[in-house]
Amino acid sequence: MPFRAPLLAFVGLVLLAPPAGAQLLTIDHPGQYTQEDIGRGSLFYNGNCFACHGRDGDQISGIDLRRGQFRRSQSDEDLAQTITRGTPGGMPAFKLEPAELTAIVAYIRAGFDTSASVKVGDAAKGRAVFQGKGECMMCHRVAGRGPRSAPDLSDIGIARAPAVLERSVREPSAGLLPINRPVRIVMRDGKTIRGRRLNEDTHTVQIIDEKERLVSVVKKDIRSMDVAKESAMPAYAGKLTDGEIADVIAYLLTLRRQ
Amino acid sequence: MTRRFMLFVIFLGFVVSAWSVRTLAQVTSDRLLRASEESQNWMTYSGGYAGQRYSLLTQITPANVKNLELKWILPNQVFGAWQSSPIVVDGMMYITQRPNDVLAVDAKTGRVFWQYRYTVSPDARVCCGANNRGVAILGDSLFMGTLDGHLLAIDRTSGRSLWDTAVGDPKLGYSITMAPLVVKDKVLVGSGGGEYGIRGFIAAFDTKTGKELWRVHTVPGPGEKGNETWGGDSWKTGGGSVWVTPSYDPALNLTYWGTGNPGPDWNPDQRPGDNLYTDSVMALDPDTGAMKWHFQFSPNDPYDYDSVQVGVLADINFKGTPTKAILWANRNGFFYVLDRTNGKFLLGAPFVKVNWASGLDANGRPIPTPQPEGQPTWPGVQGGTNWYSPSFSPRTGLMYISAWEGYASVFKKEKAEYVPGRNFLGGGGTPFTGVQGAPGVRVGRATPVNSWTDAAGNGAVMAIDPLTGQKKWTFKQFDVTDSGNLTTATDLLFTGGREGYFYALDARTGAELWKASLGGQIANGPITFAIDGKQYVSVISGNSLITFALRE
Repeated sequence: MPFRAPLLAFVGLVLLAPPAGAQLLTIDHPGQYTQEDIGRGSLFYNGNCFACHGRDGDQISGIDLRRGQFRRSQSDEDLAQTITRGTPGGMPAFKLEPAELTAIVAYIRAGFDTSASVKVGDAAKGRAVFQGKGECMMCHRVAGRGPRSAPDLSDIGIARAPAVLERSVREPSAGLLPINRPVRIVMRDGKTIRGRRLNEDTHTVQIIDEKERLVSVVKKDIRSMDVAKESAMPAYAGKLTDGEIADVIAYLLTLRRQ
Repeated sequence: MTRRFMLFVIFLGFVVSAWSVRTLAQVTSDRLLRASEESQNWMTYSGGYAGQRYSLLTQITPANVKNLELKWILPNQVFGAWQSSPIVVDGMMYITQRPNDVLAVDAKTGRVFWQYRYTVSPDARVCCGANNRGVAILGDSLFMGTLDGHLLAIDRTSGRSLWDTAVGDPKLGYSITMAPLVVKDKVLVGSGGGEYGIRGFIAAFDTKTGKELWRVHTVPGPGEKGNETWGGDSWKTGGGSVWVTPSYDPALNLTYWGTGNPGPDWNPDQRPGDNLYTDSVMALDPDTGAMKWHFQFSPNDPYDYDSVQVGVLADINFKGTPTKAILWANRNGFFYVLDRTNGKFLLGAPFVKVNWASGLDANGRPIPTPQPEGQPTWPGVQGGTNWYSPSFSPRTGLMYISAWEGYASVFKKEKAEYVPGRNFLGGGGTPFTGVQGAPGVRVGRATPVNSWTDAAGNGAVMAIDPLTGQKKWTFKQFDVTDSGNLTTATDLLFTGGREGYFYALDARTGAELWKASLGGQIANGPITFAIDGKQYVSVISGNSLITFALRE
């Protein structure tokens, strides 16, 4: 994984700077953290963070570390600062060695996935594939461009770990999250609604329909509801080369709504 | 009597009721013994010593339940799951909120008389949030355990502290989250901290002075019976926390304590043996702490299947024999019926999918079937049920539980090193969803969007017949449920779930009779009480305590 080496050296240099440095870590996106850091990060996480944030990093309201939802932080540097300084009236300040800090940030950014070993290519090339040969924008929306029928990918780079992205590109049905499953609802009056599920509970279901309208349906008004397990997205394994897929993943990882 | 005088008397009566004077009659231990017969009150955590969460009130019926309307809302002043269960005595409600506040509330209007605030030591360590599940009452005193391991008595009229006893060292992870149990002149509590390598205990204190009268460890030490079920020194960090209020049988003079997981939670290799008395029920004499019997549900547990449920005391006709039973729906996915006089196993059956054991042997001991590494285990780490209060209706003869169906975890074990006051876990359990990277069910619900869906597990209220162990009916929910349950003498079952729907079901059939969409997750159990002849139902949804009664 040659692309990692220069970055690593860079990280090493930055870490030598005094801790006051708000410049602590300036890595662009996940997939660029070392396997070793991610692994060590899981140990530090379990020792320091687990008690409050929980095994999946989602035990504090409004925060989901694994999926990159933070209250204050956007950059790695923000994350490091929150960890070392704490938050007013909330999280205590943690005194960690720079290497420990790097490892915890790596673990968080890798989506807690210590097995991640995904090939990440060139983001600029990936963007070209995404917008061209891959025809991804026929269905997906990025930063306000493209349709809304498939999930908006504007922040997919912080929402998904690289391994999960790779699987979704290669075999979309295997990676289709249950909540995003396509639904087909036939109402008691015979009307049919097709769309993507956004939310559901015992008595209602919320979807975005084929015309990009938000529809909430009360289940007692439904004659039948089918939830498909197959994604409408084509599988790109075989359609794109391995190199192109790696490039697309690199591009997706840059998508972080700022 | 002149007409004018009569009018005056009527007027006087009106004024008095409008004032709504709360006469604070003494809560004697005799009254507590008959708490479930005082249907206008809800004087203990489960509404009575038997742990049935069953009310004799009859004003709200299947026919009129649709006429329930909102009477008042009391918002919580702090964020985080509100797991407390209120008590109500003669029109006064006492409820705790995070971290260790007590509020005295006019149960008719929801207005607050006083608020007691306890400052928790920064040394406090709690695995799973600053939870407190409520107070107990005797005489003029309320009793509350604290997150930093203290037990307090508070004057129920002034809201001032009467005594404060240190029970466990918070630096080592000891904490008290359960509502205490008052028996006669003693107040009994157990300690939480099963994720910190504590050595669990149950202790009794003088209600007048706070002086400790006895203490029994849930993990026996050297020389004590049961210590041989712990390899080496593993008993020292053996866990066995206690964090839910026990039931009590006054005739047998036994309290029934559910105990938590052994430590470290997920690595049984570090504690070879059965690990008594973790994941067990311990029947203790409340006068002395002497253990009359025990029954262990999950020996050498690698799944964190705490047996911290309310054991429900019910007198049933089991196989033609009148039986003093204790009914127990366990986190491990099995429902048990035991003889509560001696702990004898009478019946056991799974109520959700179970693959960690192929069944129970003749003595109720599980036949373990550990799953290969990386493969899902049913039920998952939060269990088939958990601390969510069950209910038992003597009218229907059914036990009502909140269960998680189709919910599994992938467990892994790691070596855990004991560092005082730090997590002592030895691995963990990751919720299984069938789709890698998809969100799993969380410990609580923090978002209005259900992104995990029923693919990760769904909630259900189940009615179980204790004579057969079989389900009479199941009321399915899309998301899981941590709600407690409440039944009434009109065969209503009140329950909720994480979606924030509050339900009245037909306790005989499970049919939905009424619901209110309250929005916030419902944890802990609804209660019911009456003031001036009017029946109320209170439930906590999200950060609000909400009270209903019939439309005037």
